[in-house]
Amino acid sequence: MQQFFEELGTRLYDDFIYQERYMYIVKGLGNTVLITVFALLIGVILGVLIAVVRAVHAGDKSKLKLLNGICGLYLTVIRGTPMIVQLMIMYFAILKSADSLVVAVIAFGINSGAYVAEVIRSGIQSVDRGQTEAGRSLGLTQRQTMVRIVMPQAFRNVAPAIFNEFISLLKETSVAGYVGIQDLTKGGDIIRSITYDAFPPLLVVGAIYLVIVIGLTRILAVLERRFAKSDLR
Amino acid sequence: MKKQLSVLLVLVLLFSFGACATDNTGASGNSTPESSPTGSTTSESTAAADDAVAAIKAKGKIVMVTNAEFEPFEYKENDEIVGIDAEIAQKIAEKLGVELEITDIAFDSCVPSVQGGKADFAAAGMSITEDRMKNVDFTDNYFNASQMIIVGIDSDIKSREDLNGKVVGVQQGTTGDVYCTDEKKENDIEVAEVKRYGKGMDAVSDLIGGRVDAVVIDNFPADKLVEKNADKIVKLDEALTEEEYAIAVAKGSNLKDLINEVLRELDESGEMADILSKYISE
Repeated sequence: MQQFFEELGTRLYDDFIYQERYMYIVKGLGNTVLITVFALLIGVILGVLIAVVRAVHAGDKSKLKLLNGICGLYLTVIRGTPMIVQLMIMYFAILKSADSLVVAVIAFGINSGAYVAEVIRSGIQSVDRGQTEAGRSLGLTQRQTMVRIVMPQAFRNVAPAIFNEFISLLKETSVAGYVGIQDLTKGGDIIRSITYDAFPPLLVVGAIYLVIVIGLTRILAVLERRFAKSDLR
Repeated sequence: MKKQLSVLLVLVLLFSFGACATDNTGASGNSTPESSPTGSTTSESTAAADDAVAAIKAKGKIVMVTNAEFEPFEYKENDEIVGIDAEIAQKIAEKLGVELEITDIAFDSCVPSVQGGKADFAAAGMSITEDRMKNVDFTDNYFNASQMIIVGIDSDIKSREDLNGKVVGVQQGTTGDVYCTDEKKENDIEVAEVKRYGKGMDAVSDLIGGRVDAVVIDNFPADKLVEKNADKIVKLDEALTEEEYAIAVAKGSNLKDLINEVLRELDESGEMADILSKYISE
């Protein structure tokens, strides 16, 4: 028993402390968070634009036909292909020379945008039609109604879903290592390559993802409660 | 509180599973803190390796593991894996009178594969290193190689020293990776960043795209990669290291002696020279 813990101690030392190997994980974590945050930003912006187009078109089929078609195509393709394939295409074919992190942010952002768009569209459409009618009848233009009355309410509805997307995205970025980007998962993998010891680095990596997701889920729960409160007038 | 407790318990459980799996990854109690870790397999797998040759003959096939993205030692051609290592492997299989099965995986998974018994041997243009010797046994060396530097055609990197402060691409787990990562700080040069790829080709692709300044990879694969992109990249003359390729087998396996015999026979009969010249036309 004593020997077991001694061995474990040696392995842990070799995997993380020797030559500061834990830095691979730290640096990887930094990159993962960076990619996730910026990709989500792009995803939300893209998602809002697309959702508005789709919602407006759904409301009045004569409007924005071409734009809606393009959006529909984008949604179908992005949701119909695996993330890793999209990343590889972006990395090896489209943005051959750009900095790896930039490529990752763009690829994950575009992918996220497709999912966020649908969420926001349903959020927009869930706002009572009465709100739009009231806005128009008060003399506001379509755009003013959308921006000042509908969107804020839609956003409150979808904030939890977007937070969920954030959590999803964090885990999705783990495939970035496939194209050589040093994210959290790749950091653990590099340690495994050096030490030939698979469990400790990968378990630690898994635990870090877990802790972050649990933390975010907690925040999400608080958020949801806050939003629900304002509903009880 | 309950949820936190259960999460904690799950983590502890996972960890103890990991720690228990010593016959795969191997943990030796006698490795000193200065050196890099993980030692030999437990007695369980040593017993299995005790008559590896007999076991292979009984199975009727021998399993070789490699990373078939390393021309001219192993690469894919028309759906088959060919190359210098593939031919040597074929000779080994013939000597044993069994069938050869080649498994193609990531390079840095080759040693764990042999260690864990998933494969009988690894022939992957693999250099003998101290760290690897802690986990597997090596046969005699059958090829001398060196790590070379590939740069873009109009790069200002002309020699080893120019690598200081540059971004270098390598294949993960190779001696090129080890050299550039330079954990023991033995080099006189220090690269700014090491980017690790699954295959040499990806590193070269990024070199051409400008994401890395140089690629460090073995001599002959370097030649092949440069050949295919001769207008964009060039290989520098300066060798970074001198290495010896050998075949890896599980620790204590008697397959090692048999492979050594095969290598010796190939050498003496001149077949080895034939195989080499078939793939290396110089």
